[in-house]
Amino acid sequence: MAVITLLEAINQALDQKMAEDPRIVVYGEDTGFEGGVFRVTAGLQKKYGVDRVFDTPIAEAAITGSAIGMAINGLIPIAEIQFDGFVFPGYTEIVTHMARYRNRSRGRHGLPIVVRFPVGGGIRALEHHSESIETLLGHIPGLKVVIPSTPYDAKGLLVSAIEDPDPVIFMEPKRIYRSGKQEVPEELYRIPIGKAKVVKEGTDITIVAWGAFVREVEKAIKLIENENISVELIDLRTINPIDEDTIINSVKKTGRFLVVQEAVKTYGPGAELISLVNEKAFLYLEAAPARVTGFDITVPLAKGEHYHFISPERIAAEIKKVVKF
Amino acid sequence: MLFKNYDPLKKKQLSILDWKGNIVTPELDPKLSKEELLKMYKTMALGRVADIKALQYQRQGRMLTYPPNRGQEAAQVGAMAALEKQDWLVPAFRELNAMLYKGVKLEQIYLYWFGNEWGNHFDEDVRVLPVNVIIGSQVNHAAGIAYASKILKKNEVAVATIGDGGTSHGEFYEGLNFAAAFDAPLVVVIQNNQWAISTPRSKATKAETLAQKAVAFGIPGIQVDGNDILAMYVATKEAAEHARSGKGPVLIEAVTYRLGAHTTSDDPTIYRKDEEVKEWELKDPMIRFKKYLIDKGFWSEEEDVKLDEENNHYVGETFKKVEATGLAVLEDIFKYTYKEMTPQLLEQLAEYKKYLEEGGK
Repeated sequence: MAVITLLEAINQALDQKMAEDPRIVVYGEDTGFEGGVFRVTAGLQKKYGVDRVFDTPIAEAAITGSAIGMAINGLIPIAEIQFDGFVFPGYTEIVTHMARYRNRSRGRHGLPIVVRFPVGGGIRALEHHSESIETLLGHIPGLKVVIPSTPYDAKGLLVSAIEDPDPVIFMEPKRIYRSGKQEVPEELYRIPIGKAKVVKEGTDITIVAWGAFVREVEKAIKLIENENISVELIDLRTINPIDEDTIINSVKKTGRFLVVQEAVKTYGPGAELISLVNEKAFLYLEAAPARVTGFDITVPLAKGEHYHFISPERIAAEIKKVVKF
Repeated sequence: MLFKNYDPLKKKQLSILDWKGNIVTPELDPKLSKEELLKMYKTMALGRVADIKALQYQRQGRMLTYPPNRGQEAAQVGAMAALEKQDWLVPAFRELNAMLYKGVKLEQIYLYWFGNEWGNHFDEDVRVLPVNVIIGSQVNHAAGIAYASKILKKNEVAVATIGDGGTSHGEFYEGLNFAAAFDAPLVVVIQNNQWAISTPRSKATKAETLAQKAVAFGIPGIQVDGNDILAMYVATKEAAEHARSGKGPVLIEAVTYRLGAHTTSDDPTIYRKDEEVKEWELKDPMIRFKKYLIDKGFWSEEEDVKLDEENNHYVGETFKKVEATGLAVLEDIFKYTYKEMTPQLLEQLAEYKKYLEEGGK
């Protein structure tokens, strides 16, 4: 088994699925010739040609909107948006059409589309390059929203996303594109969409995180390893549909619940997850459910980013607070 | 050749059958067969009756908001008649006649405007996409269909229709530019009906014609008398052939007029003068086409009266059927959100059903 990065795992999934299914096309701004600004799609155009792996004009609504027509007419489009903050010009098509087409046509036109883009901060980038927009996509009926935290999951989830009969938003935590490698099987495998993963079992508190923040929580757990707190860490993996069973079963066991999210606080995924716990595990709770989140501010530029970004220390402090509630 | 001869920048407009029903450019008459011409005319006649009756049903509170098509029949049917069976219509929302011509049943169209999504579920062999309400966005869908057609070598042309108002929208530009960049077989037909609700075309753009916007995309554009069914046929035929042969998109501006309101919620007397409407009533596409058919000996007033009676009966029966069967089924509003319902949807549906079963409202 090769030891590869999250970025390489995505490339491998795209490559192997393209080899298997001639209906798949991969495209976006600088996605073809250059292999994308992060090189996620490197080598694919050479292998599969300019019809199937191509550069588009800088027009996000055309990228997401044309995917709808392509899917209706026999292709499986995998559209790349260059950065999280550039989703918005293409958001109109995702929300007003892509998410609704199956329903609008009463099942006549399902849309097997993947829209992938890098998300989150931590790379000292320009404005609009560090956004966490899970809620803005997870809130939309008809979309599935996925975010991997490891190379292994990235490959398995992307394969499932490509094979899904409905549009899947595939968010790639850019901060961990290349940091950290993992053994990833050469053959194709699938990780089901809608299933969370218990990363670490524990009995005192349930923590849900996803994407780049699974590792940050792991770091926090390390910081307090001598404090006799047994943490159960769940990697959400799918923002929508939420794996309720894994979360509820865990909270019933631990009685405490904490969400860690990079996204801003108000109406963030944490609000939904805490509501879920309140609705379905209220009588098991021994402490008020809590969340550590980004502030309700515009993501600061590089010199202020560290304030906004949640440190392992802050997560550790919050864990102790919930346990001592 | 046609596109060179009718350069929109030189203020040329393609016209074959003038408003009095005379052939003004005999060399361009497509000389269609009686059968083809009557299919076109009969579609327009059915569309006209269905349109007028839809307004009546809406006023009686039996139909929801409806966008009238009256006056735009030639712009729609002329374009569709020039296409092949495998070509796609990617409509906006004022496309009753075009949809009928491409094989959508009136019952489906009525069902949609009655308020039921099943009216958007067309048969497998009908190459028409659902009604598209968000202005301009359908151009990008059509660009995607055209791209797929090109790389899968399907020999299909995608035809998006859009209003004059829609040409102000970014997606009109993005979609045409995208398709042009890849030489994808896209034809965009602008139904310039002069009014975007209450905003006249002249206030929406400084461009003298909408067809000239083609120049910026590097593609042919042509302005056509949209109430002249023969001109619409000829322009679209040429455009579809151009697109199909791999040369990329074409932009057609059909100059027409919305004789009715924007929708049944709109009162056009607030923003436009009666004289303007009367002037356009003289240019009604049905009048001149009927005269052309009668002059050719293909049609008669007697047949016209009979057809009108048949259409009235058919439309009335169709609407009655829709009224009797068109209510939504609860499960249906849940079950097409995804291919398989998510656990959340299953739970929400089950809870609501239980609530209803226990007497809840």
